[in-house]
Amino acid sequence: MDLTLKIWRQADRKAKGRFEIYSIKNISPDSSFLEMLDVLNEQLVRDNAEPVAFDHDCREGICGMCSLFINGRAHGPDESITTCQLHMRKFRDGDTIVIEPWRACGFPVIKDLIVDRNAFDKILQAGGFISVNTNSVQDGNAIIIPKEKSDEAMDAAACIGCGACVATCKNSSAMLFVASKVSQLALLPQGKPEAVRRAKAMVAKMDELGFGGCTNTGACEVECPKNISLAHIARLNREFLLANLKP
Amino acid sequence: MPSRQNKKDMKLNAKIPSGPLAEKWSTYKSTQHLVNPANKRKFDIIVVGTGLAGASAAASLGELGFKVKNFCYQDSPRRAHSIAAQGGINAAKNYQNDGDSVYRLFYDTIKGGDYRSREANVYRLAEVSNRIIDQCVGQGVPFARDYGGYLDNRSFGGALVSRTFYARGQTGQQLLLGAYGALNRQIAAGNVKMYTRTEMMDIVVIDGVARGIISRNLETGALEAHFGHAVVLATGGYGNVYFLSTNAMGSNASAAWKAYKRGAFFANPAFVQIHPTCIPVHGASQSKLTLMSESLRNDGRIWVPKEKEDAEKIRAGKLKPTDLPDEKRDYYLERRYPAFGNLVPRDVASRAAKERCDAGFGVGSGQAVYLDFKDSINRLGQKVIEERYGNLFQMYEKIVDENPYKTPMMIYPAIHYAMGGLWVDYELQTTVPGLFAIGEANFSDHGANRLGASALMQGLADGYFVLPYTIQNYLAGQLNVPRMDPAAKPEFKNALDAVRSDIDKLMNIKGKRTVDSLHKDLGLIMWDHVGMGRNKVGLEAGIKKIREVRETFWQDVRIPGTAAGMNIELEKANRVADFLELGELLAQDALHREESCGGHFREEHQMDDGEARRNDEKFKYVGAWEYKGPGKADELHKEHLDYEFIEVKTRNYKE
Repeated sequence: MDLTLKIWRQADRKAKGRFEIYSIKNISPDSSFLEMLDVLNEQLVRDNAEPVAFDHDCREGICGMCSLFINGRAHGPDESITTCQLHMRKFRDGDTIVIEPWRACGFPVIKDLIVDRNAFDKILQAGGFISVNTNSVQDGNAIIIPKEKSDEAMDAAACIGCGACVATCKNSSAMLFVASKVSQLALLPQGKPEAVRRAKAMVAKMDELGFGGCTNTGACEVECPKNISLAHIARLNREFLLANLKP
Repeated sequence: MPSRQNKKDMKLNAKIPSGPLAEKWSTYKSTQHLVNPANKRKFDIIVVGTGLAGASAAASLGELGFKVKNFCYQDSPRRAHSIAAQGGINAAKNYQNDGDSVYRLFYDTIKGGDYRSREANVYRLAEVSNRIIDQCVGQGVPFARDYGGYLDNRSFGGALVSRTFYARGQTGQQLLLGAYGALNRQIAAGNVKMYTRTEMMDIVVIDGVARGIISRNLETGALEAHFGHAVVLATGGYGNVYFLSTNAMGSNASAAWKAYKRGAFFANPAFVQIHPTCIPVHGASQSKLTLMSESLRNDGRIWVPKEKEDAEKIRAGKLKPTDLPDEKRDYYLERRYPAFGNLVPRDVASRAAKERCDAGFGVGSGQAVYLDFKDSINRLGQKVIEERYGNLFQMYEKIVDENPYKTPMMIYPAIHYAMGGLWVDYELQTTVPGLFAIGEANFSDHGANRLGASALMQGLADGYFVLPYTIQNYLAGQLNVPRMDPAAKPEFKNALDAVRSDIDKLMNIKGKRTVDSLHKDLGLIMWDHVGMGRNKVGLEAGIKKIREVRETFWQDVRIPGTAAGMNIELEKANRVADFLELGELLAQDALHREESCGGHFREEHQMDDGEARRNDEKFKYVGAWEYKGPGKADELHKEHLDYEFIEVKTRNYKE
């Protein structure tokens, strides 16, 4: 396949960015999208130009590091996958592909297609855990959890922290990300004691870090590579409401 | 505290507590030195890596009150490659009432490792395994449960019991997120300071003792010196020396390699695991390989065409595998291993696939075999197969663009895990005092072959339940060592200067070759010469070729841009420079080990029927290599393995 790539280039946090156009030839349709970018980078290095910086690591859809906005969609045109799982057969020979970083004020661009998602860590540090010390626990089977609850907690826990929800949301809200953790832990008896405090602290941190409010458009759910449901936002809202009733 | 001196090599004191096997760990814990609560905050501990071992260690040490600095090269500690582990984690809970016990898990692990691991360490691993499950449940890890609400188990290879706990196909992810939660709590509490997008460049050793590290900020390029009363490496394995592996793109061996060059011994580098069921290479732009869970071999049958002509037709696209009748297929595992059939261990299945492909019977690109579910679908119906493996089939279809319900999957072995690593004693301390290695980065528990679902167990055992104890035995003797200001110590400055000059050297080569192209060259040599089947001639030729690539690298690599700011080519070059040295040590270790055991198969040492021939008389030891300086031969030290509690046997999968 021969392709034209329109890629966002930005030297560092402070520099002004711009689109650059590259053409690339003989790409195998069996290549992944990131392997196509590898080929481009090999070409750029051989031409003594700077390769395009992009985040990636596991390349099997689980680490959450890859993060591209491709033709206006987070993680590109295919459903329920991350960019590293997107394959070139989803495009056509001769296509022009526009590649941008996540655009959100909570995720400043560091270089080219790489953004700073440290805000996600900070939100979780505000309370996205169960306060338990190593070795202070009882036997695993002493806590009985109905299978349906456990399965629903697992659905929420599948979040990979990629940030596609924020990048897609017109308000750059991190509600789906926050909800996935609040909901997972609120569903489990181990997480109950801190559920209210957790919801309050994480939402406050999200607001503080510049993420917008949620208007329930559901765009985040559509683009989430792990199909995390809006229902978890409903549970977050419930916990948050309780938090404000019980100050 | 009582300890047994190694008989042969005075430099390798494993410090194994005396007494009965089952009492060693409790004896150790009740007699070791501890640091009192008020003194803990006076100690700085550096932990490099945030995978299962690193995150659990950093969090647990923070909870105890130590001041921890934790480093990772990714943008968040949650991205460490433990996240990609699928299958599960073993523990000797015996919740299934099927006869499991600590001893049985210990025995299976020693046997699975082909009798090349240390009894005392493995027993301790089995002993703490149960508490890991409790800990993770306490953290809110959503393990699979049955309808009664109790924890569920599945079976894995190499065991007669069902002892594997799992969270769908994402067990590694959920365990890591549990440890990451604990870590976040300690970061918020101020006990752990987190450094993301930061690579460890060197270890600082003062008067023979580890005192800190040099790091590079991957965003700004800034080099920094960090002091620690102890340094813990939790930096994973070295599978990427083969370029193509199931490891993450950034997984690297540089921390372990720098430790090696600063005096830590490197043990059994030749022991790497090659996993039989991975999605095959699609072409030259392939960047990594994807694992398909071993569980598929329960219902899939592995085959290649019986006739070479048919294989050629299939490769040329002139014949469909579904059109080839059964009598023209060679179900080679069932043919060679009637008793175990498609469920032979990983090393055996991998070698058999390579043998058929090398002989010209491969399909796809020629480097692939079929894993066929036709018979299972006919017997059980597609719905049952979908319930069992639906997510894996979907993943396969996304990557290969073929429907595995209709046409057989193609699979091929790939590098997956490193059993070898930094040599550590019972306390997980390397041969450099104050330098510890945990998780996949050390060599300690898996011998020559690791059993499925044991990597997660070992990482968390080391981080939650072993290191937080043993490191105190060391730190208790460091009370009189005050915090050091790196700027005031010449050793830190010298190390910083050395790192800076190494980087300058790389930047100034300004050659023509890209880092990846050289890494691929190395990977091919490693795969061809130090892969699934190894022999003297091939290994010697491989070593020569590795040296040539290394020479080319240092003469002709091209790194655009500057060392200031983010430079992705420089990051890769730093790692590949170390792989180019480690690759040679790996080959050298494989050359010296004149036997076949576990993942290490020397073609000269096999039975008449092609099975591995282990040599306990000569090689029942851990081979620990010592770096002697640039251009000098590495020195081999032997830690002889005494099996006091287990009878050493030969593995057999035919009957």
